[in-house]
Amino acid sequence: MCTLEQRGRVFVLTLTGDGEHRLGHPLIASLRSAVASVAAAAASAGPGTALVTVAEGRFFSNGLDIGWAGTSRPRLQELVDALRPLAADLLALPMPTVAAVTGHASAGGFLLALCHDYRVMRADRGVLYMSEIDIGLPLPPYFVAMFRAKITAANALRDVLLRGRKLRAAEAKEMGIVDAVCPGPAETAAEAIKLAEQLAARKWDGGVYASIRMSIFPEACKSVGIVEESDEEKRKHFASRL
Amino acid sequence: MATGDLCTVERRGRVHLITLTGAGEHRLNPALLSAIRSAVAASAGAGALVLAAEGKYFSNGFDQAWARTVPLHLQAAMGDAFCGLVADLLALPMPTVAAVTGHAVAAGCVFALAHDTVVMRGSRGFLYMSEVDAGIRIIDFFAELFREVVPDAVNRRDLLLRGDRMAAAEAVRRGLVDAAVDGGVEDVVNAAVAEAEKLAARGWNGEVVAEIRKAAWPNLWSKVKDYGADAPVVTRPRL
Repeated sequence: MCTLEQRGRVFVLTLTGDGEHRLGHPLIASLRSAVASVAAAAASAGPGTALVTVAEGRFFSNGLDIGWAGTSRPRLQELVDALRPLAADLLALPMPTVAAVTGHASAGGFLLALCHDYRVMRADRGVLYMSEIDIGLPLPPYFVAMFRAKITAANALRDVLLRGRKLRAAEAKEMGIVDAVCPGPAETAAEAIKLAEQLAARKWDGGVYASIRMSIFPEACKSVGIVEESDEEKRKHFASRL
Repeated sequence: MATGDLCTVERRGRVHLITLTGAGEHRLNPALLSAIRSAVAASAGAGALVLAAEGKYFSNGFDQAWARTVPLHLQAAMGDAFCGLVADLLALPMPTVAAVTGHAVAAGCVFALAHDTVVMRGSRGFLYMSEVDAGIRIIDFFAELFREVVPDAVNRRDLLLRGDRMAAAEAVRRGLVDAAVDGGVEDVVNAAVAEAEKLAARGWNGEVVAEIRKAAWPNLWSKVKDYGADAPVVTRPRL
């Protein structure tokens, strides 16, 4: 379902196989386990690591496994509830994160890409798409919080959530949703890894990095269940560094 | 009229110009913060305020060298005094203009962005939130200022999470500052004063300016208002 490897200072998490990488219980559990390994390895590796998440095949991820959920509302809610802590794990990860959007990223898959600090996307095919409005599904609150936090350009949020606009990489870049556009999947993965290496080379303290990320997006972090540190705790850290 | 040798104040027409003096880094330690706050308080009756600096730096942030030499509660007092300065600026009954004549780093960058209008020297100097590189967490009211004053998520990420050093042209392009000014420090100051004079000429009611500003940045205001010059005095526990 997914593999994890370390290339120098960069951890590469790959969603394997040619399928849609639907976020059902098995894949979510695998991803959580992989992300937990990354966090643990970072602790021993010291400052200066980064994560790239990439996918094989035509899809980055086509969202929650609504096929498994079928018409069962409780099952769908289970999946919504299962994805939330994965989002939290990524938002709390003590290193920079890059999503290599090597294929379609739709609904929960788009959310997964947004949970990363940076996005590199292929230009030749694939779209970012919030399908919920088209299929008649309301958005879980933490989905909305994440999109509101990260998509701030004029009309972008409306276009993505309320119009179900399908974004190719170039448009997504103009809207500030994607940071770099590459011709195809191989270049996208390579560029994402290169960006991750540059970020890792800054040798940022992971705990500080995660803390700053949380202070930029406090509502999104709160919505996925992360508790932000108090100023008192931050001051103690500051004093201990002098 | 001077406020010690840390900053000077002068009136140019309707503009109250405060200049951080000397070629140093204008580190925001208690002495400089106190001098600036006095200078800001002395703006009563003016139509607009400009804050500028001499030398290579607008301000290089908190005085950490000083902080290393004093106990925790005095370090906290430095942070509180800066919080108070931001509150004073937010509550000021006149438009405010920062003349970013040089590098504005960390608290120095926050200081610049706490003004209504920011003009920046085109040829040198950058905005830089150094905390991520220095391994320092961003305190709450800094983060709140960025959330309100820099609403674009990509700009916030690039400044705070990537520690980008942004020179004037890029800062203007991203909408972080209002104008880049060619030339030297004096040219930037003159441009800031000219802009301030234009704002003063609008003849706005100062109290209304302050109320609208506080309403525009309500979360920031609520985080800093208890530290301002006009806040009710609260006895803080001695540590």
